Amino acid sequence: MEKRILKDDNDRVDGILKVTGQAKYFAEYELPGLTYGVLVTSTITKGKITALDTKAAEKAPGVIAVVSHLNKPSAAAYEQEGGPQMKIFYTDKIFYNGQPIAIVVANTFERATYAASLVKATYVKEDFNTDFEKALKDPKAKKLQGQADYKRGIENAYKTAEVKLEERYFLPIETHNPMELHGIIADWRPNNQLTVYAKTQGVKATQGTIANVFKIPMENIQVNSEFVGGGFGMALRTWPLEIATVMASKHIGKPVKVVITRMQMFTMVGNRPAAIQTIGLGANKDGKLTGITHRAYGETSTYENFTEGVVNMAKFMYQCDNVNTAYAIVPVDLGVPIWMRGPGEATGAFALESAIDEMAHALDMDPLDFRIKNDPETDQQKNKPFSSKNIKEAYKIGAEKIGWSNRKNKPGSLIEGSWQTGYGVSVGVFNANRGKASVKGILKADGSLLLQSATSDIGPGTGTGMTLIANKLMKIPVNKITFELGDSSLPPAPSQGGSATLSTVGSAVNDVCVALKSAIAELAANSNMDATANFVDVLKKNNLPSIEVTKESQGGKERDNYSMYSFSIHFVQVKVHALTGVVKVSKIVYVGDSGTIVSPKTARSQMLGGAVGGIGMALTEESIVDHRYGRYINNNFADYHVPVNADVPEIDVNFINKPDPYINPMGAKGMGEIALIGFSAAVANAVFNATGKRIRTLPITPDKILA
Amino acid sequence: MINFQYLRTTTAKSAIALLVKDKNAKFLAGGTNLIDLMKRGVTAPEKLIDINHVPLKQIEQIGNKIHIGALASNSAVAEHALIKEKLPLLSWALQAGASAQLRNVATVGGNMMQRTRCGYFYDTEMPCNKRQPGTGCGAMGGFNRMHAIFGTSEKCIAVHPSDMCVALTALDAEVVLANAKGERKMLFKDFHRLAGDTPQLDNNLKANEMIIRLEIPVNNLAKNYHYLKVRDRASYAFALVSVAAAFELNNNKITDIRLAMGGVAHKPWRLTASENFLKGKEATLSNFEQAAQLAMKDAKGFGGNDFKLKLAPNTIIEALNLAKSKV
Ligand SMILES: Cc1cc2nc3c(=O)[nH]c(=O)nc-3n(C[C@H](O)[C@H](O)[C@H](O)COP(=O)(O)OP(=O)(O)OC[C@H]3O[C@@H](n4cnc5c(N)ncnc54)[C@H](O)[C@@H]3O)c2cc1C
Ligand code: SF4
Repeated sequence: MEKRILKDDNDRVDGILKVTGQAKYFAEYELPGLTYGVLVTSTITKGKITALDTKAAEKAPGVIAVVSHLNKPSAAAYEQEGGPQMKIFYTDKIFYNGQPIAIVVANTFERATYAASLVKATYVKEDFNTDFEKALKDPKAKKLQGQADYKRGIENAYKTAEVKLEERYFLPIETHNPMELHGIIADWRPNNQLTVYAKTQGVKATQGTIANVFKIPMENIQVNSEFVGGGFGMALRTWPLEIATVMASKHIGKPVKVVITRMQMFTMVGNRPAAIQTIGLGANKDGKLTGITHRAYGETSTYENFTEGVVNMAKFMYQCDNVNTAYAIVPVDLGVPIWMRGPGEATGAFALESAIDEMAHALDMDPLDFRIKNDPETDQQKNKPFSSKNIKEAYKIGAEKIGWSNRKNKPGSLIEGSWQTGYGVSVGVFNANRGKASVKGILKADGSLLLQSATSDIGPGTGTGMTLIANKLMKIPVNKITFELGDSSLPPAPSQGGSATLSTVGSAVNDVCVALKSAIAELAANSNMDATANFVDVLKKNNLPSIEVTKESQGGKERDNYSMYSFSIHFVQVKVHALTGVVKVSKIVYVGDSGTIVSPKTARSQMLGGAVGGIGMALTEESIVDHRYGRYINNNFADYHVPVNADVPEIDVNFINKPDPYINPMGAKGMGEIALIGFSAAVANAVFNATGKRIRTLPITPDKILA
Repeated sequence: MINFQYLRTTTAKSAIALLVKDKNAKFLAGGTNLIDLMKRGVTAPEKLIDINHVPLKQIEQIGNKIHIGALASNSAVAEHALIKEKLPLLSWALQAGASAQLRNVATVGGNMMQRTRCGYFYDTEMPCNKRQPGTGCGAMGGFNRMHAIFGTSEKCIAVHPSDMCVALTALDAEVVLANAKGERKMLFKDFHRLAGDTPQLDNNLKANEMIIRLEIPVNNLAKNYHYLKVRDRASYAFALVSVAAAFELNNNKITDIRLAMGGVAHKPWRLTASENFLKGKEATLSNFEQAAQLAMKDAKGFGGNDFKLKLAPNTIIEALNLAKSKV
């Protein structure tokens, strides 16, 4: 990485590189002899390819090869029976509309694009269904258990409660749509040597998947992914299109680059699955919860099952002796989903946190008081104390900042002209994870520290966080610390997902720094130097240009003794236009309770990004399929509405910033997911408070307000 | 790639000459719509005649009319002092459209000629009578949340997506068109057409013609006006429904009024019945409400867009309210 110029110790270490265009993303690598691949996709939704006419494409100018199931190179794993995933080019079956069926490689992208349009497939079509709601209603359609049923106390206790409610909540498909398009560069060389430039949340995972598919040793594969232009979960696996690119490179013996189109972003790299959920809540008249039931159905594909933690939150978030959950997945003829920021918890929290608000209303209680009244001291699911939890304090801070006292408990009370004002609150909660990672530290006599780990940075600022951890421990200025990542040859680290990178890799950085310090102290002692001597002097005195330590780090039994979660309280103010149904989020206050804040600026950015994603989920984002054809209708940035600046108000980000005593040496819990989880419910709750209308189907577009 | 020839010319006359020479030639203005359509395979012209260097960017007052050249950019028009002062409704409508980047290159002529945003029209794998006559209308019985409620046909229920054109319809603009022989003038409200049996035709421009300029009469509508656009996000989204409203008020009595709607028909939809009702009446909420109801006569939903039957009159009322309270 180039030398960095930092305004203050808090700036992103790669900020300058990014804004000046020096940061290099996968698609920007120019390899000698680079060729360009474009994917041909199925235009039917289900059936079989009976013929594939590639002649015209092969004859088109600049075309090097067309690779498909007819002529693919060997991928050893795909030659075996079984295996859960779609085996690209090893099947003539069509599982969904837009499935890649061939790749055309040419000497320019434009020529490959044109030639791809000349490939003609003939199919036998089969009946299909892409409509998740229809599948759910169809008794003949498959439903698979997504998670073991959970029961604590009496099942469906809400039904006999003094005050009860049962409501259904609907979520559409959402598509991650990071700015950067997906793709890969694959360079397969003789003797099964492979280098890839990928857009991935895990270089080791990509390396492992490719090694598995082609049955070549991990060491033969070098994966580079230094900068990633956003992932939000969609780069947490190696997609068929990437395997197709590797096959193409293997087939022609040249490097191949594929960058998919925005339209293909809707069909080739997953989405947040649609979900239908029912929440049953029971309470006594004093406002104590007596029963919680959360049943959820999530969409999946026919060729692969996808499950996520939709019903997790109901099990521990509120004090309640009777809780039961169930979660099933329903296959439809669409591409397989994947985790999207906040993953299943965000889906579940929309339902649960809306229902909690509905119950408060049924009890004629302030929803904040209701939440506080039912806040548990210990985790009833795991039967363990929380490692740390300060959410009552967070509720208080947030309420003050948003001006909760201006809120009227009676909906529709605040009216100014055509605009109605409302306030809403909700909670985001996610597992505070800590996995296993290794980091190498090289402390040099020039006063610098180099840290290396095969982790990723999809944008949160991994390098910045790690640098600040080392800076604090080593007292080395941040501009003398370099953190290298995104390279599979570095010490292993898990993929960047589940809000775990800072906790996992940061702990290894911590351990490396501690080890380096004691190595220096030992050297100092051996050379009769003061224990406080500067490491530069110590190294010089010992004639050492550098010393090097590699540490593997992971959590211990504290993880068995405590329940570890990260929390965020979201407060929003909305304005709803009574005549046109337009909803504007007019103010957002976040209070994050996620342990020590290691890197204040990037931590704040996590919350800002969560708000933008949350506004999208609440108000604008929906991927629409025409079920008659199984094709997406709004698969572009004009029609799939990601929030724009004008949709995003002032966001007031606050942190409790108290260390968690058990999670890891920094006392820091993850932050990637919490800002988004539950946010959509805060908006829906505020809309209800403004208008008296309860919207249980996202996104809350003007038509739903007017209905 | 699909090859095409790129030609550049500096006069309207030679542009038209190049156009008529070739059945498969198209003018290239800002390119913000045409290039997208080419990329999606919806259209494949063999010749692109770049008209950006034709000197038709004027924005000026001649007599009691404001002339705007067909190649003036959407931002240039929106931000021009003359337009802001005398035709603020047009300025507002333009600002409500697309994004700043798009408006900087999009032109007046291109804006008029932009094609519908119906998703089926853009996807060559789907049926669409507008793209390929006779294949059926995908939106009918499909996703039609954005679609028309007025003047629809069995063949097509698409809307014209422009904001600018809604204001121009309201402002009694005229458009000057030219072919190799000379110029002709047309009322702007007659430029676009209903789909009828020939949804492939969006407007009445002939194949051998070029849009030259707009002429908009100066009026007394620069005080009480509003362009209200209801959309799915606060900016950079097409209208669900939009309303251009402007009136002249004397002692709270409406002496002149213009009302037009966007997002509801295959062309910008002038609300003549509502205008006639309000003319001479007081600017009161109850009159606005009655006018809005009059506008809805013959409206028809197709399922996904049924909400427009409620949204449209509400938007008319609110636009009139906001025009009235403009200070
Ligand atoms: C993402 C996105 C969002 C948008 N949002 C909005 C919106 O909210 N509201 C809105 O109103 N618009 C919106 N637009 C549309 C935009 O206004 C149009 O694309 C633009 O006005 C077209 O102008 P242009 O000069 O780029 O036309 P081009 O793309 O260059 O041309 C369009 C057509 O007009 C023809 N043409 C151009 N000039 C002439 C002429 N002088 N005589 C005859 N024919 C001519 C061309 O041959 C072509 O067929 C949006 C567009 C995009 C891409
Ligand atoms: S509404 Fe018109 S443009 Fe849309 S599918 Fe139907 S015919 Fe095509």
